[in-house]
Amino acid sequence: MGKHTALYAKHLEANGKIVDFGGWDMPIHYGSQIVEHNAVREHAGMFDVSHMTIVDVRGPDAKAFLQKLLANDVDKLAEVGKALYSGMLNHDGGVIDDLIVYRMEGWYRTVVNCSTREKDLEWMDKQSRGFDISLTERPELAMVAVQGPRAIKIVQGIKTEAADLIGRLKIFQGLPHSDWFFARTGYTGEDGLEIMIPENEVAGFWQALTDAGVKPAGLGARDTLRLEAGMNLYGNDMDETISPLQAGMGWTIAWQPSDRDFIGREALEQQKAAGVTHIQAGLVFESRGVMRSHQKVIVDGVGEGEVTSGTFSPSLQYSIAMARVPAGTGDTCQVEMRGKLVDVRVVKLPFVRNGKKQFA
Amino acid sequence: MSNIPADLKYVASHEWIRVESDGTVTVGITDFAQDQLGDVVFVELPEVGTDVEVEQDIAVVESVKAASDIYAPLTGKIIAVNEALADAPETVNEDPYGEAWFFKMELANSEDLNTLLDADAYAALCE
Repeated sequence: MGKHTALYAKHLEANGKIVDFGGWDMPIHYGSQIVEHNAVREHAGMFDVSHMTIVDVRGPDAKAFLQKLLANDVDKLAEVGKALYSGMLNHDGGVIDDLIVYRMEGWYRTVVNCSTREKDLEWMDKQSRGFDISLTERPELAMVAVQGPRAIKIVQGIKTEAADLIGRLKIFQGLPHSDWFFARTGYTGEDGLEIMIPENEVAGFWQALTDAGVKPAGLGARDTLRLEAGMNLYGNDMDETISPLQAGMGWTIAWQPSDRDFIGREALEQQKAAGVTHIQAGLVFESRGVMRSHQKVIVDGVGEGEVTSGTFSPSLQYSIAMARVPAGTGDTCQVEMRGKLVDVRVVKLPFVRNGKKQFA
Repeated sequence: MSNIPADLKYVASHEWIRVESDGTVTVGITDFAQDQLGDVVFVELPEVGTDVEVEQDIAVVESVKAASDIYAPLTGKIIAVNEALADAPETVNEDPYGEAWFFKMELANSEDLNTLLDADAYAALCE
């Protein structure tokens, strides 16, 4: 038996099909992941993301520590509550994990992946030597993502005391309200909130959301939604052997100021100088069949690559994929699907945002 | 618990087989199989008239999650396929033993039916 979040009983109540996910018993779907996917695109859906790891960074050196630890620069967080997406790199420039960091009142809150929790904590602890900081995990906080065009309004209707604060949140900003923390972030390409909640209050909130017509959505829908939104999944689209420059994360690397010596900087600078051989691209296959991760990508006369995440897109009704393709790839390439080479189109990510197709 | 009708026959690769009164068989995938696959989005069927060997992969079912081969449960000839699945693959999830049959076969040797599993034997495999 795996670990259970505070919502485990709620998942069983809603007929969740439970699977192992990084040591946690989590719902993959509650009947149909396509129905759940569409609920998020058209109305509102909710995800239990309590398995993710919250680590608070406090102390006089918190900012300096994060400026060393992360490829993106927390100095960009101009006001309290602003959030930043970043890779945490090793010295070779590989991605140990991707995370979100929020600027709080004089300290920082990070949210890292559950499957990488142990190595992340170990790495953060190791790198903290010489910095006057403390790292505190917050396992007593549950986390619920409420996503979709109706999500924010519905949450405001339930948490009336926090409605004003929620209404003021800008995109990619999070603020506390008593013991709760509301962030206008997500992993679906829709507007919505990620909410951290004391464990003993989360089941009541989940029930209130259910009563308000928010559909529980599982890991299956979470994957198709993030893929349509062109968002990376750690372990699929990048890992310790893959450079962020090959994984569409170039925009998350803060090169300026040039004297900020973040971990991995030297390796990335060398890669850049040598020329990046592969880049991330979106692939679409508008016929029958589904692209899957690890399938080979072939670009005639240019080179080879690999599908890093592939699926059937419920919004578009055909297969989409994120792939690592040779630099210099044009508008088309071939993917080896089940022993056959098929022609697919190469497009710019994302595929879908706010319910609408984004590529031409 | 998945639904395993007692009046059907099964193979370990999760196809069900219904023996019709004229000796032909109708084949589909079981409730257990559709549940494991999740939402089905494409079904690729064999051509009518094709001669097939037992355990030959002759069809493909793709769900959001994975692609899965469908095997001929017996040796014989494909005499009909369910074209409706092309436009409504979700029926595989909704009605695996009814609307969502995959193909019909004429058998090379009716004695081969003895190789199939009954409902109890199949249920034991799905535990």
